[in-house]
Amino acid sequence: MSINRHFNILDYTLQSLLRRKFKNIGIIIVFTFVIFITGSVLLLSYSFKKEAMLMLKNSPELIIQKTMAGRHELIPVGISSEIMKIPGVSKVEPRYWGYYYDSLIKANYTILASGESLSANNRLLKGRLPGINENNTAAIGRGVSEARFLNTDSSISMQTAGGRPMDFWITGIFEADSELLTSDLIVISRADFMKLFGIPEQMATDLAVTVSNETETVVIAKKILSQFPDTRPILRSEIIRTYDAVFGWRSGLILTLFSGALIAFIILAWDKATGLSAEEKQEIGILKAIGWETSDVLEMKFWEGLVISLTSFLIGIILAYIHIFFFGASIFAPALKGWSVIYPNFKLAPYIDFYQISILMSLTIVPYIASTIIPSWKASITEPDIVMRG
Amino acid sequence: MSKLLEGININKSFKTAAGELMVLKDINISLSEGEMLGIIGASGAGKSSLLYILGALDKPTSGNVLFQNKDISSFDDNSLADFRNKNIGFVFQFHHLLPEFNALENVMLPALISGSPFAETEKKAQKLLEDLGLGQRIKHRPGELSGGEQQRVAVARALIQNPKIVLADEPTGNLDTSTGNDLFQLFVDLNKNKKITFVIVTHNKALSDRCHSVLEMTDGSFV
Repeated sequence: MSINRHFNILDYTLQSLLRRKFKNIGIIIVFTFVIFITGSVLLLSYSFKKEAMLMLKNSPELIIQKTMAGRHELIPVGISSEIMKIPGVSKVEPRYWGYYYDSLIKANYTILASGESLSANNRLLKGRLPGINENNTAAIGRGVSEARFLNTDSSISMQTAGGRPMDFWITGIFEADSELLTSDLIVISRADFMKLFGIPEQMATDLAVTVSNETETVVIAKKILSQFPDTRPILRSEIIRTYDAVFGWRSGLILTLFSGALIAFIILAWDKATGLSAEEKQEIGILKAIGWETSDVLEMKFWEGLVISLTSFLIGIILAYIHIFFFGASIFAPALKGWSVIYPNFKLAPYIDFYQISILMSLTIVPYIASTIIPSWKASITEPDIVMRG
Repeated sequence: MSKLLEGININKSFKTAAGELMVLKDINISLSEGEMLGIIGASGAGKSSLLYILGALDKPTSGNVLFQNKDISSFDDNSLADFRNKNIGFVFQFHHLLPEFNALENVMLPALISGSPFAETEKKAQKLLEDLGLGQRIKHRPGELSGGEQQRVAVARALIQNPKIVLADEPTGNLDTSTGNDLFQLFVDLNKNKKITFVIVTHNKALSDRCHSVLEMTDGSFV
């Protein structure tokens, strides 16, 4: 077959599509919307997962929390020395963190006592971290800074557990690789942390355990649990699994909400797959009568399906990208992110899972092209006079 | 004149709920180059079925169709498509032009699918339309043309590949008497001047009498 013939078929297809622009634009709008929604959910949940992975990148393999009546409570730092005695444990560090509810903006902040791991994980946008023993100073996340209109050299006031006000001078504002990590974060010194929450000395929020050989983590966790039955060892892998499950569940929730659009798309594809209109059949009959081969008709329908589905896919995925990474997933981020009111202002780092995108591509483009080709193939293998007579 | 198209013992039947329906019974027909044959008969006599079989738009249940002594009944679908494209022009009662394409584009279609270069095809289609008196209507879509003009566009489309034979199925059936006469005269002129062979199925006895020969069909057979 000459190359001219292929060009002419492609030209015919494009001309045909342009001439039926209202019908085709309608299909593209529905198709694009479906891709936009599913693409947004995929990009957002993947970015969240990536953010979570980033957060966990430098976190300890094992965290030990104390529980009472099934609830997390403060852990005595003294048991660190007992845990250190377990073979394979290389380091045990107390961690100090908690949540502070700011009634002014009705938001929760994450309060963290300044420590070594922080400076390794995060870089500052402006200013510096407070020193470990530097009191009444704080570094804050960008979300907090924007919500409270705070900058370096201004101060934020919080109320201690005893009800007394406590002022903190802002020494720095965070810009982490992952803004999700630091948006609602306030870092203060350990002494200030204990004072703010009224935590007794020798108590910590939890203990971070570093093990020399990662494969032994599960065994070490079991040993800790048998030695301290009122604790709860949390493995890093468990946290990763939880993130996966939570964002997977939330993605499913979003997709359920937009299932109307998905159903509309399936109906559209089904309608196309189950039959051609009388006009389409007649067109195929005419083309065959004037010398088009079955393969020419299929080639034309392939190009038609490809142009529509690829155009919709590209527009949909680009819109989804803009929606997620430029507008902070403003349409449905609250459902995926959870309860915090500080989060909505953040911007996600653009992570794209090309595997997921290619899956989405193959689950939308391929069925659409197939639904375009199959009925046309049925019509084009029939004698042209029968097709034309209907 | 050499033999161009031949139908030998052609039978065509359809299976219906009421049993097998024979629409063509042992038809034998022979056409020479440059001939103009009229086929007349009542509705349901099998005229169109015969025409579609002769034009390779349909296959006979049994029998053979020879084109320049080559049996086209044995061709596969793609070879038949190629055969139709290069050798046969069709004119239908309901013009069967593509509504979204203008007159020029409709005429160009058969040539483009055979791989002819666009510019050359466009020039040729334009000339054909001008020759058929449609020079001012080339950019009009079928919906913007009168019935007679639509049929002339269909004739131009039938002629673009310089076919040896044009098969016309009730070409004047949808036209008023005067326009029908004009179209028929166009066929007569093309036959006379370009030596194109015509097979014209019609109800109109007066028009068919202008053909070189006329065959009448009833109940799937020639009378």
